[in-house]
Amino acid sequence: MPLTYALYPGCAAKGATPELYQSTMAIIGRLGIEVQELTASSCCGAGVVGEGEPDVALALNARTFAQAEQLGLDVMTICGTCQGVMGAANKRLKQEPGLLDRINRVLEREGPIYRGTIQVKHLLWIVVREVGLHRLGQEVRVPLNEFRIAPFYGCYILRPSWDLGFDDPENPTSLEKVIRAAKGEPVAYVGRTKCCGFPVILEQEAIAVAMAGTNMKEAKDSGADFMVTPCPLCHMSLDIYQDRAGQAVNANLSLPILHLPQLLGLAMGIPAKDLGVSRHLVPVHTITRVTESRRMQLTDRKGVASHENH
Amino acid sequence: MRLTFTITRFNPETDPRPRDEPYRLDVERGQTVLEALIRIKQEQDGSLALRYSCRSAICGSCAMDINGAEKLACRTSVRKEIERHGRITVAPLRNLPVIKDLVVDMTSFWGKVRAVTPWLSASALASRTETGRTLRPMLLPRDRYQFHNVDACIMCGACVAACTSHEVSRRFLGPAALAKAERFLADPREPADAKRTRLRFLEQPDGIWDCTRCNFCVEVCPKDVQPMEAIIRLRRVAIEAGLARSGGARHITGFMALIRRSGRLNEALMPLQVIGCNLRRLLRVAPLGLRMLWHGKVPSPLAPPIPGIAQIRTIFNSFGHLKRITRADHT
Repeated sequence: MPLTYALYPGCAAKGATPELYQSTMAIIGRLGIEVQELTASSCCGAGVVGEGEPDVALALNARTFAQAEQLGLDVMTICGTCQGVMGAANKRLKQEPGLLDRINRVLEREGPIYRGTIQVKHLLWIVVREVGLHRLGQEVRVPLNEFRIAPFYGCYILRPSWDLGFDDPENPTSLEKVIRAAKGEPVAYVGRTKCCGFPVILEQEAIAVAMAGTNMKEAKDSGADFMVTPCPLCHMSLDIYQDRAGQAVNANLSLPILHLPQLLGLAMGIPAKDLGVSRHLVPVHTITRVTESRRMQLTDRKGVASHENH
Repeated sequence: MRLTFTITRFNPETDPRPRDEPYRLDVERGQTVLEALIRIKQEQDGSLALRYSCRSAICGSCAMDINGAEKLACRTSVRKEIERHGRITVAPLRNLPVIKDLVVDMTSFWGKVRAVTPWLSASALASRTETGRTLRPMLLPRDRYQFHNVDACIMCGACVAACTSHEVSRRFLGPAALAKAERFLADPREPADAKRTRLRFLEQPDGIWDCTRCNFCVEVCPKDVQPMEAIIRLRRVAIEAGLARSGGARHITGFMALIRRSGRLNEALMPLQVIGCNLRRLLRVAPLGLRMLWHGKVPSPLAPPIPGIAQIRTIFNSFGHLKRITRADHT
């Protein structure tokens, strides 16, 4: 039986990182995941709306949860920031006396109310806990061995840990588990749990790129061939701003950054073009050259095998 | 249980660089990392330098890096650390100068706390009648304040050591000092003009807008002060007070205006909201924007609102104080 979720795409996957949406849709079927997309969902607030007006952010998320509740499905997020913000909002709405009623009094004017029955889960967590690493391993056709892969978690999928409750923020393991299941070698480095700087990148670029650069340089110095992140906002900071991040730390980084589903997709043998990697500003040829040739060998062998069967 | 404690040793006056030294120790059930360190110092190596006093998580002296995260050694259980990490490493607080071994120089920390004027302004201490006559010093009125536990801070420095913004920008006032400042802004005894002076100082570069909201300070604080939440409250108060022209403030008001307008964030419009008409800074983001456009990463600025946008607007109209600002400035 498939695992079915209400897909919350978030703004980035529908905006500046469409390759995240594309690669998610390309992999989920193979993992036994079905989704119904919440097409009328709004922004989660990204922590920014909550800074300005916490109740507005709570109400926006309660509205999204109510839509998922109508479908009778838990929400699947594909963005670390969405996960952190929505997970925390859901916890408050469920636990704080009177809060849900106060929000629902506004929601009920134009739509369904939220009864507090659903959960919010990131794709990473779903892959590790619900699909399972064994199943993921079975789907790996193009093992990523010979690649040293730096996990970059991003803040909101780890902290504050009491609002998330999946990984240990001091010693997270879920990305490493996924990398190992894809037969890659996870790189150990301190920066994997640090900040990409994205939230201040437009107004405090120097701070943001120094953060991104420090973490990428450490990953690279630790032997990373590329980086993988479950958060598209981290991806924007690490990929789009990589030249400036490199300048900030006096390093030529040239470090490809993959979204989590792109990593999974490449390992599953899905063609790189179907995972949207050409949209990245930092080229990913160093990875796809290897994975595509392995994939072609696989297809050739399959072709020969099916030919022999006839 | 015989365990190895790997302790980072460093004497800047004699050592070229820090080194990790292993110490083997039989640890009894229920011991804290601080108790183990004191025993190592007493039984094995008297030259080990560490700072501690109350041993009860009150004085804030023994904050250090234990297994890669900032903790008070006196309330960190050896057994739990072993269960969590399978090892024990002890190092001085990050991003502060080391005096010796586990003792860091807190001068910059105290300097920043002092810089936010961590006391009520003199005029606040006396209440005035309408005729201007000064009455007796005013006590904190009961039930008229909410310090959100910020006053529980013990100044241990864990949050500053963990702060990712401070790591790359040492002039940043940092979570502890900003949380302290928020405690005084929340104090009803201080008059409005004094609060405004505070906010004007805090919204300067190296102040409230340098925080990236990474949540490290919230995670490591041993007293649940949640400094980042205090910084967020400061930002909100600053915008409400009309100090809304900085890039950080425009980020919030502009973001909210875009969500109000179309329900989702449009990355093509967001830079304009934050940067406005600053030509120099627009030229700075333009090359990236063009490269993004080339790679198909710029959404249409004319993207239609999400289905049910009317409900989004109802939500914005129903809650909060900022709607006036977000509407006036950006729509």
